[in-house]
Amino acid sequence: MRYLPHTDEEIASMLQVIGAKSLGDLFSAVPWSCRRTGGMNLPEPLSEWDLNRLMAGLASTMAAAPEYAVYAGAGSYEHFVPQVIPYLLSRSEFVTSYTPYQPEISQGTLQAIYEYQTLSARLLGMEVSNASMYDGASALAEALLMAIRITKKRRVAVSRLVHPHFRRVVKTYLAPTGYDILELPYLPDGRTDLSSLRNVKDLAALAIQSPNFFGVIEDLKASAVQAHDQGALFVANFTEPLAYGILKSPGSLGADIVAGEGQSLGIPQTFGGPGLGMFATRMSHVRNMPGRLVGKTVDAEGRQGFVLTLATREQHIRREKATSNICTNNSLCAVAATMYLACLGASGIRDLSRLNHDKAEYLKKGLRSAGFRIPFASPTFNEFVVEMPTGFEKTYGRLLEKKIVAGVSLDSYYVELKNHYLFCATETKSKEDMDQLVQEITSVSL
Amino acid sequence: MKDISELQIPGDFLYAKDHEWAKPENDKVRVGLSDYAQDQLGDIVFVELPQAGARHGKGEQFGTVESVKAVSELYMPVGGEVLSVNKALETSPELLNKEPYGSGWLIEIKPSDPAELKSLMKQEAYLGHLKGLNK
Repeated sequence: MRYLPHTDEEIASMLQVIGAKSLGDLFSAVPWSCRRTGGMNLPEPLSEWDLNRLMAGLASTMAAAPEYAVYAGAGSYEHFVPQVIPYLLSRSEFVTSYTPYQPEISQGTLQAIYEYQTLSARLLGMEVSNASMYDGASALAEALLMAIRITKKRRVAVSRLVHPHFRRVVKTYLAPTGYDILELPYLPDGRTDLSSLRNVKDLAALAIQSPNFFGVIEDLKASAVQAHDQGALFVANFTEPLAYGILKSPGSLGADIVAGEGQSLGIPQTFGGPGLGMFATRMSHVRNMPGRLVGKTVDAEGRQGFVLTLATREQHIRREKATSNICTNNSLCAVAATMYLACLGASGIRDLSRLNHDKAEYLKKGLRSAGFRIPFASPTFNEFVVEMPTGFEKTYGRLLEKKIVAGVSLDSYYVELKNHYLFCATETKSKEDMDQLVQEITSVSL
Repeated sequence: MKDISELQIPGDFLYAKDHEWAKPENDKVRVGLSDYAQDQLGDIVFVELPQAGARHGKGEQFGTVESVKAVSELYMPVGGEVLSVNKALETSPELLNKEPYGSGWLIEIKPSDPAELKSLMKQEAYLGHLKGLNK
């Protein structure tokens, strides 16, 4: 499908059909007091040449990989993206960010989304995945609203080790609803403390991220049992789905809804977005699931075809009783994730996942041997927290001048964690890179 | 869709404006959807019913019925406690199309105020209501 702007002739002929003199007539219902008078304060248009120079200048103010050695994860991960993905993704058949609005005419797009749903459900260990949502944060908020719909209860418990940005989005989503959000503290080992949950009444959902914001692998099974004991649904959240290459899937550990961020799967980090909201659940809850869903069927002649299915959940049919106001998906990112997972294959995902874990363990060991404290003892995947000496921000600045980004400072998210940094090492870092990092930190710290 | 003359509107049932029927049996009331409602909805693919024990007032929503073209809410013709639900609809929602007054029934309730039954329409009044809708 191609998207071309209308020509003046087309606009004129459409206006003639509906009996309007000008485009302005179409907006006559908008009161003048609501309209902007006078021009907008925008810079003059630039030539392509000047625009490129401007953008390159802006880009050079960022510390981005691969120019910088980036050891920051915290919800956005640097992974190698095989060249086949940008190549296939740039085909005009795929280049649209949304589900098509005349879906059945776009069989190729629907089939690609169907494949995405299949791979997403398998990776997460669930029975059904939707066609994707905007990002991990909105997917989590939608999961909590879904749990509230299903259980007809009014309170959700969210771990403090769920990504801080995700928790802010959840608060924004739930603020006008009157539902309560209870934040669960964390234990000295870096896992969520569930002990305060026992006396909570009217609980609709328990949301735990694993690996959590500290990189620590949570006990999802125990969390699921605890949630179910209290008649609540268990929502598993994630920012690094690659972990499920070696960890047990959230579905196999008892999750009722799994919602998280899929940027790791073949989507570049760019400037923090666009992301991929992955969302999966059990078939028994499918009618309460938000978002679009592609199904496979046969046409009148028995040939395979793809359709948007269970659309009666959605806003254009169900109006104010719809499961969500989200009527689209992040198709292009979902297709990228599909290509990425298909490229790697089951054994590739396992190998890459193990590699991430091993690299991060190597760096953890290096930093620990150099005398830095690893405060949380629980197993981690590809990121972990390190306590740095007081005044490390100066060292951090000097390393930045050497084009090294030494982790993410945690004290703006957790006031109690002064001088704590979250380090991430993916397959993009070699042993030499990491040895150099440890050496640089040690030498300038002295 | 059927013409009003083709609809089955049996005389021994009571009807609500939203097209649920009610049939008192001893101290229970059985509830379903009228032939008109199932015909308007078309092929029904899913019926969501409450748990036994749930309590709803007259006119409150107790479930949803989903057809290939729409989802409609189901409302209590009289208030009361849900005694049982038609489990057969879970796997065979088409019973609602085939036998709306028989095997396609929805729930049985214990009315909290049997006098509410008097507010429902009899056959003639319901047919008049349907004619009004189709003018």
